[in-house]
Amino acid sequence: MSRQETSVALPGQLQPPMMNGEVVFEAPWQGRVFGMAVALHEAGCFEWEEFQASLIAAVGAWDAASSEPYAYYVHFERALQELLQAKGMVGDGELNRRSGEFSERSHGHDHPVRS
Amino acid sequence: MTDFQPAIRAEALESLLIEKGLLDPAAVDRVIEQFNDRTGPMNGARVVARAWTDADFKERLLHEGSLAVEEYAFEGGQIDKLVVVANTGLVHNLVVCTLCSCYPWALLGLPPKWYKDPSYRARSVREPRAVLQEFGVALAASTDVRVWDSSAEIRYMVLPQQPPEWVGLEQADLAHRITRDSMIGVGLLSA
Repeated sequence: MSRQETSVALPGQLQPPMMNGEVVFEAPWQGRVFGMAVALHEAGCFEWEEFQASLIAAVGAWDAASSEPYAYYVHFERALQELLQAKGMVGDGELNRRSGEFSERSHGHDHPVRS
Repeated sequence: MTDFQPAIRAEALESLLIEKGLLDPAAVDRVIEQFNDRTGPMNGARVVARAWTDADFKERLLHEGSLAVEEYAFEGGQIDKLVVVANTGLVHNLVVCTLCSCYPWALLGLPPKWYKDPSYRARSVREPRAVLQEFGVALAASTDVRVWDSSAEIRYMVLPQQPPEWVGLEQADLAHRITRDSMIGVGLLSA
């Protein structure tokens, strides 16, 4: 549903606050990584301050030296991965293996979950 | 780190977390739904509209922000240490997070893209007047510009000035006129 449709469909006070014309997430995977971070925090996997420190480090690494274009949710994802790796919850090795498997799927299955 | 597409990595990460029993995918759905549909600047606008029409509430809001908005039970978090700063004829406030993207989610939703960008994070501290001008905010030379850098714990929101033409309007009507940008400090309100 587009933002415009949403605004029209809901009256008055119920109108979604959204972002003054901006979408909240630009791609489904951005919503998934954001949702994972919040859900894992709420489930007690880490304190939000721990994630925040990881995010500051990821953003700081870009600020210090980077030729890549700035992409906030790429840093956000990296921050989550690094925190989960540091906590021994998800290792880089298994994540790379699983990513490799997913990227080799046949055509038509190369989309993010629930996109 | 091996270079996979972020969407692939996100999917791989989610599948591993589910397998390990660390993550409930329905919880991820709920967070996304909440920020898409229920949490955003409309909450902050309700608070601002009330502060304009209820002097007692305004005083509590400026004195102890988190406590003052507790009764709303807004979803979204990140307002445990909320500081609300009021714009006046003499002072204009601007909110930034220089290190990452800290923002009062429960009141304003998730931050806009530009708020997270390196340029805004660096320049709003270094040259706030130039940044404000680019947002279309022209201030008198005598106006004191105060920049608030969201720290590890504190989240800031600006209480914008109420245009004189809006005095006497109902809170619900006012709330619909209050913009997100005015509550970050990169916008002014006008009738």
